[in-house]
Amino acid sequence: MDQLLHDFSPGLFFMQGIILFILIVLMRKFAWKPILDGLQSREDGIQNALDAAENAKLEMQNLQADNEKLLKEARAERESMLKEARDLKNKMIEDAKTEAQETANNMIAQAQAAIESEKKSAMAELKNHVSGLSIEIAEKVVRNELSNKDKQLKLIEDMLGEATLN
Amino acid sequence: MIFLTMKVAKQTFKFFILVSFLFANAFAMADNSSKDPVVSGNKVDTAEEIREYISHHLKDSHDFHFYTHNESGTHYSFPLPVIVWTSNGLKTFMSSAFHHDDAGQVIVDKGDTKLVKIHSKIYELDQGATSVNFDAEHHATNAHKVLDFSITKSVFGMLLTGLLMLLGFGALARGFKKGKSVPTGFSRVLEPLVIYVRDEIAKPNIGEKKYRKFMGFLLTVFFFIWILNLLGLTPLGFNVTGQIAVTACLAIFTVVIYMFSGTKDFWAHTLWMPGVPVILRPILAVIELVGFVIIKPFSLLIRLFANITAGHFVVMSLIALMITLKASFGPVVSTGMSLLLSLFIMVIELLVAFLQAFIFTMLSSLFIGMAVEEHDDHH
Amino acid sequence: MYNLIGAGLIVIGGGIGLGQIGGKAMEGIARQPEAAGKIQTAMIIIGALLEGLAFGALILGK
Repeated sequence: MDQLLHDFSPGLFFMQGIILFILIVLMRKFAWKPILDGLQSREDGIQNALDAAENAKLEMQNLQADNEKLLKEARAERESMLKEARDLKNKMIEDAKTEAQETANNMIAQAQAAIESEKKSAMAELKNHVSGLSIEIAEKVVRNELSNKDKQLKLIEDMLGEATLN
Repeated sequence: MIFLTMKVAKQTFKFFILVSFLFANAFAMADNSSKDPVVSGNKVDTAEEIREYISHHLKDSHDFHFYTHNESGTHYSFPLPVIVWTSNGLKTFMSSAFHHDDAGQVIVDKGDTKLVKIHSKIYELDQGATSVNFDAEHHATNAHKVLDFSITKSVFGMLLTGLLMLLGFGALARGFKKGKSVPTGFSRVLEPLVIYVRDEIAKPNIGEKKYRKFMGFLLTVFFFIWILNLLGLTPLGFNVTGQIAVTACLAIFTVVIYMFSGTKDFWAHTLWMPGVPVILRPILAVIELVGFVIIKPFSLLIRLFANITAGHFVVMSLIALMITLKASFGPVVSTGMSLLLSLFIMVIELLVAFLQAFIFTMLSSLFIGMAVEEHDDHH
Repeated sequence: MYNLIGAGLIVIGGGIGLGQIGGKAMEGIARQPEAAGKIQTAMIIIGALLEGLAFGALILGK
């Protein structure tokens, strides 16, 4: 301890104090302040850039999600449209089918009616014709038969004979 | 895994250093007691002379001495200005006026004042005395010390360090001022160190909000001590942080800073500790005050001083093995041993140079952190 | 002579203390390797405080 106190130099202490004080002041002004500010601003810059990147990523994700939603919606819409169209088509076909059926049925009915009436008229005509013909034939036959006396007698005899048999 | 092993190994190493320096210092403290004057320029070859030489080196000196040629006695050195405050006012001259005398033989006559240099200290002769008389313990009886504001070797080293710091960090600062966000060249080495001090020392100990105010002091002190420690390892032979005046000044700066930045809370907790019986409070206040004003700065200054002094002592002693062991082992073996051992200790010293700067700054910021801390729990 | 004995005692005490700190710190790191940085810092601080104590005693005793 004595040795230390002996070695202690107040002058050196004083000089050291002054030098250290001046050095601290100078270093603060010319070195540490700009360095620490620079470091701080650089770190802030890096942090900001990172944040911005993160934000951009989030935004991108949002956008993507939006896109996907839109896409899904569009797809659903298309699907529904397609379905509607298909339904419409089916309906139209159905309608057309029933209509055609109806028309066809009507036409068939009409045709049948027409055929029936034609047939009837044709039958009536045929009947008339046939009756006329038969009368004609009968007239001819009767004329022929009744041209001589013998034959007339004979016919009568035949007819009578037949009638007795019956 | 390898990284972890390395980390553990590093820690072991640090502890080894701490332990070894506790030991090294023990004999450093116990050993330098004899005080025979040795006129510099003589050949150093006995144990006694080596001890004298080392203790001379550990002290501050008034000239910058590189080497002395033995045969011709030529000194390769340059003088430094001596500025002393004597009883007759300020006296200035170059240290070459002492002609490398360190034993009070050469008297510098400055008109009304006679000055001599004894063991690297400048003494003023009492009125009427013409030469220095020594008592049995080799203390001057008719001379007294003067206030010595000389640009000694230590002051020179401090100025050099200051200049280096201003140049190096000034360049880094200019880079940032110019708007470059990434430094180039040597600044690239300095920048991570600044970030290290900020993120590992200041922020965790002082707190995210308040650290900024103290960065100027902490960074300056950290690099100041580190560079001075490293300068001490060069063959230039600086021993600045091994001067107790220097470390005392550093510690007092720390004390002043944490005393003046103490919050109301800190003072309340120091002087009138809440939550303890009233009778105990004054006792606690005394203990706390003694702790903050005396013990903490004392341990700061002693730690730095003792580590650096012990380091220089060990390195120089190991270099001196070359001479002391020459008689018993021959020149080759003793030189080899000396080289090997001093190389090993030098490597440790490089680490200690950093570690001491780190610990000084760390503890300073710890104390500052204690002083500026806001206690929100009133227990 | 007594100085040397005192210095020896201080070194023994300091050595034991440092050994305790270092050993416990190692145990702590082995148990929680992820806390190695914090443990290391605390260890150095306590080591430094102990060192200051020991040096103070050495210097006062000299």
